[in-house]
Amino acid sequence: MRSLAEVQAEFAAALRDPAAATPDGIVGPDHEPAPRRFAVYRNNVIVGLVKALKGSFPAVERIVGEDFFQAMARAYVRAEPPRSPLLIDYGVTFADFIAGFEPAASLPYLPDVAWIERAWREAYHAADAEPLGADAFAGIGEDRLGGLTLRLHPSLRLVRSRYPALTIWKMNVGDIPVGPVDLNASGEDALIVRPAAEVTVRTVPPGGADFVAALEEGRTLGESAAAALAAERAFDLAANLAGLVGAGAIAGRVMDPEESVQ
Amino acid sequence: MTMQPQAIPSRAGVGLKPEHHQAIIETGPDIGWFEIHAENYMGAGGPPHRRLAEIRERYPISLHGVGLSIGAARPIDRDHLQRLKQLNERYRPGLFSEHLAWSTHDSIFFNDLLPVPYTEDSVARVSEHIDQVQETVGRRMLLENPSTYLTFVESTMGEIDFLTEVARRTGCGLLLDVNNVHVSATNQQTDAISYLDAFPMELVGEIHLAGYAPEDDGKGAPLLIDAHDRPIDPYVWGLYEHTIARAGPVPTLVEWDNDVPEWPVLFAEAQRADAVLARAQEARERELVAVAG
Repeated sequence: MRSLAEVQAEFAAALRDPAAATPDGIVGPDHEPAPRRFAVYRNNVIVGLVKALKGSFPAVERIVGEDFFQAMARAYVRAEPPRSPLLIDYGVTFADFIAGFEPAASLPYLPDVAWIERAWREAYHAADAEPLGADAFAGIGEDRLGGLTLRLHPSLRLVRSRYPALTIWKMNVGDIPVGPVDLNASGEDALIVRPAAEVTVRTVPPGGADFVAALEEGRTLGESAAAALAAERAFDLAANLAGLVGAGAIAGRVMDPEESVQ
Repeated sequence: MTMQPQAIPSRAGVGLKPEHHQAIIETGPDIGWFEIHAENYMGAGGPPHRRLAEIRERYPISLHGVGLSIGAARPIDRDHLQRLKQLNERYRPGLFSEHLAWSTHDSIFFNDLLPVPYTEDSVARVSEHIDQVQETVGRRMLLENPSTYLTFVESTMGEIDFLTEVARRTGCGLLLDVNNVHVSATNQQTDAISYLDAFPMELVGEIHLAGYAPEDDGKGAPLLIDAHDRPIDPYVWGLYEHTIARAGPVPTLVEWDNDVPEWPVLFAEAQRADAVLARAQEARERELVAVAG
């Protein structure tokens, strides 16, 4: 008689491979092998996981259509099944998978739209934190401003795209009307953050993505501004800082190692 | 926020859905309690926790895990068990339950409640896992009878003997899903009434009701799928009344997880279960009066 571990190893292998025969020892009430009954489980697994992806990537689905999405999601589920019972984490690698998914190659912006949707999902479930208000930097002399390090909001995500991916995403979640998009127009960098209950998605001004990326690494305001300026000559520190504060993207600041302000 | 655990009353509750949040907060329905799927609240923060905190201020909550894989031969995922413990501490649910099923193998999560052969080997593994769960979380859990679509030639005992033995070894209680009883009995061509009459009602801490999808097994026999996507079947309502007549009033949950209806439709299902429970409560009180007199 097979052990529990052996039964489950065979069951699991046959669940993963749609072409596999029904494992031995699985019967219906007539004591005969029951492939149709086994197929219920196989179907439940794939349908449930595809549904989870549909829930997380609505704009991707709207762009490619239901049937295409279904086929692409099924391929992903087979190639990269979840490794955790936390389905809210499933799909972390879906954008990368789409980038390598041959039938979607004609939509070069699609992976970036998927990254925005993934970032949205992460921001939604991220830890809560009270963002700093508009007066966060009031009374700090310019001489000390550059030495500050900022604690970015735990929900903050940045998605950089060579394409107008944010515009395309907005069109496909119903934020703005669907219209023609010039794929050769400049790329868009999206800042995703959930300061309170609502996830917000916005473009960052030129150099803003480099600025945020440097802040995320824990570099000071001065160092981060320098990095942004090096990448983009039009970078405007005051406007970017005001934009981040306005977005609720800053959760704290540290003047020097001795002082921490929430 | 420190909360006191709030007991689940012997009334009807429903599975909490984000779609219904606003209607619940705005109308404050007279409903006994809500049940949540633990895994939906394992993110660090955000709207799910905000909403749940609002509900928890107003109603008792029951915590129902769907991903612990208690029936697997492999060890329980310790990280996942810790997350369950933390949720228990955060929301202090009145009841805590999981399934007699497995869903993870070789680190792959299959996202389904997969069936367990009813053997001595399985009883031992499941009991070990439940001991570990109850010790870690620090409370008694309820184990739910599954919907099954097939049987294993390895099985050497019936489902009730299996559940009863696990409960005896671990001290856990049972969650009796009456829809699962009907689904499994139909699929295995056994008798649901006999099953319910043999079930150890003294161990039942909670009942589940839901709708199923009728299909066939390709050989002309019915094959019912535990779909949670429609109203409770009239026959299952009959089984429920039969159950309550035997067990007395027990907290009863209406589950509706797919094709979720508008709030009033789900609430009406709960009210119907509440009426069955209220009649059982009255009958019990009459008996007590008769005994006292």
